[in-house]
Amino acid sequence: MDQKGIGMTANISGEPLLKARGLVKRYGKVTALDHCDFDLLPGEILAVIGDNGAGKSSLIKALSGAVQPDEGEIALEGKPVRFANPLDARGYGIECVYQTLAMSPALSIADNMFMGRELRKPGIMGQWFRKLDRPAMEKFAREKLTELGLMTIQNINQAVETLSGGQRQGVAVARAAAFGSKVVILDEPTAALGVKESRRVLELIRDVRSRGIPIILISHNMPHVFEVADRIHIHRLGRRLCVIRPDDYSMSDAVAFMTGAKLPEEAATAA
Amino acid sequence: MSSDAKTAASYEEGLQGASDKVAEFQEQKTALKRLQHWLHMTPSAVPMIVLVAAIVVFGLLSPNFFKAVTLSTILQQIAIVGILGCAQSLVVLTAGIDLSVGAIAVFSSVLMGQFTFRYGIPAPLAIALGLAAGTAMGFANGWLVARIKLPPFIVTLGTWQIILAANYIYSANETIRSSAIAAEAPALQFWGYSIQPGGVKILYAVFLMVALVALLAYVLRHTAWGRHVYAVGDDPEAAELAGVRTKRVLIQVYVLAGLFCAIAGWVMIGRFGSVSPSASTGQLGNIQSITAVVIGGISLFGGRGSIVGMFFGALIVGVFEMGLKMVGTDPQWTFFLIGLLIILAVAVDQWIRKASA
Repeated sequence: MDQKGIGMTANISGEPLLKARGLVKRYGKVTALDHCDFDLLPGEILAVIGDNGAGKSSLIKALSGAVQPDEGEIALEGKPVRFANPLDARGYGIECVYQTLAMSPALSIADNMFMGRELRKPGIMGQWFRKLDRPAMEKFAREKLTELGLMTIQNINQAVETLSGGQRQGVAVARAAAFGSKVVILDEPTAALGVKESRRVLELIRDVRSRGIPIILISHNMPHVFEVADRIHIHRLGRRLCVIRPDDYSMSDAVAFMTGAKLPEEAATAA
Repeated sequence: MSSDAKTAASYEEGLQGASDKVAEFQEQKTALKRLQHWLHMTPSAVPMIVLVAAIVVFGLLSPNFFKAVTLSTILQQIAIVGILGCAQSLVVLTAGIDLSVGAIAVFSSVLMGQFTFRYGIPAPLAIALGLAAGTAMGFANGWLVARIKLPPFIVTLGTWQIILAANYIYSANETIRSSAIAAEAPALQFWGYSIQPGGVKILYAVFLMVALVALLAYVLRHTAWGRHVYAVGDDPEAAELAGVRTKRVLIQVYVLAGLFCAIAGWVMIGRFGSVSPSASTGQLGNIQSITAVVIGGISLFGGRGSIVGMFFGALIVGVFEMGLKMVGTDPQWTFFLIGLLIILAVAVDQWIRKASA
């Protein structure tokens, strides 16, 4: 396992790129986020793991603008930000692949990739008649999918509902990787993929990092997490329990922490 | 970590020497399956086939059917339903339904008439005010649906009654006579004028309907906003996460529907000559437009179908009405057959949807 060696810790340092402090999110009587802190350093792959219902999804939804926290603050590059909706977060360069993939089944692959940021034709047709530049969008989509090497899709115009689960996930990952300029968030990106396709996604994650873009990876797949992550944020009961480095702990330690079977000794210092 | 990672990825070593081929599909497609797929890709194909079949059948049954006069009369008769159908299509594409289309059309036409004759406002300004009023009624629908999150059926069931009642109260159920309009405010009847190439009368209203259908078809197919309308109808949560302002799109759809209804109201004055608060469109407009939409293959579950399909749907109804009249049957057969067509259209829609499963 040498893939990780070269240049991995090179640019991980300094101030967090994306920082959250004291996030609280309540759904009725359920507290999904309980004064949760979060730090993403520049250029790192940060895995977020936690038991079911620990509040991982609420955390990343708060970071991607899909959910507005009741309390707490989020800062991007040191400046406080507030995301009213996912479009806001995207405007700041934060892209997210949701577990549900967030795709419109009846629309084409290209349409889905460009949802909310469509390209218009140059000149009068685009400016006055707001005509979409389909060829450009299709070309871009095809390039990105080829780059990902995830699938052989015959027709970039085919509806997303005609794709298999793995192909759909590939399109969603390609979309986030193509447009994320500051942060890419991946929620269970390999859940529906086979062994080979998972490998491609892991390579893609490293690829994105090598472009200097940090990644937040939410996954239940411990081998994947331990393989690619620079740091692991362990989430428990709506807050950050600790952050560990994969070199210092074993997978079973991490599982023990996230299920509460064991307490990390440095929990106090790390959090 | 190294030992961990080794065990982690060791199972992947089994991939060495594995086939590099990605899954290939060589389905033995039957003709029926292929048809299903093709219909899935081109939603307006079914109504077009039905339309062509209907025209051929009536053409064989009645020698007069293929005359230009017949066809122009059919177009003339579906002008209002076609424009209301545009409004209805937009709403249905977002998985909604608008029961108030006919009421908005009638009230808008009454407002245009009354503004001109009661307050002496110049006709063009009165028309603009009427269009604005219809748009505002659409906005009320959209606001209730998107912001208050009430089901579209309930909202428009309510506004249908409210608008129709307001229409009777405001107008005191007074009809403005055709001759008065022609004498004092001909602009109100603009869409009732016609050109007559070779003695065949084609109303301006027909051109307007075709233009509006073409415009909407372009907007829905070739602009980002059109794609967003489909996305909102398809899966609103996914659309929201993918970066569509779903609430704004919904409100815009109902606003635009309101404007189209008001335009239909203006066309009504041209078609009927007079301004009548008790025009049948107020009660039947919604059912007629929903019929055109459903027969046109637009899915009531949202996100699927095309405006051109709706146009074919409206034409089918027009062809059936005219054709059965010319063949000389009891007019009730029209409704009998239209009813059958509606059920058939939805059954076909369900079957086509299975192509994706």
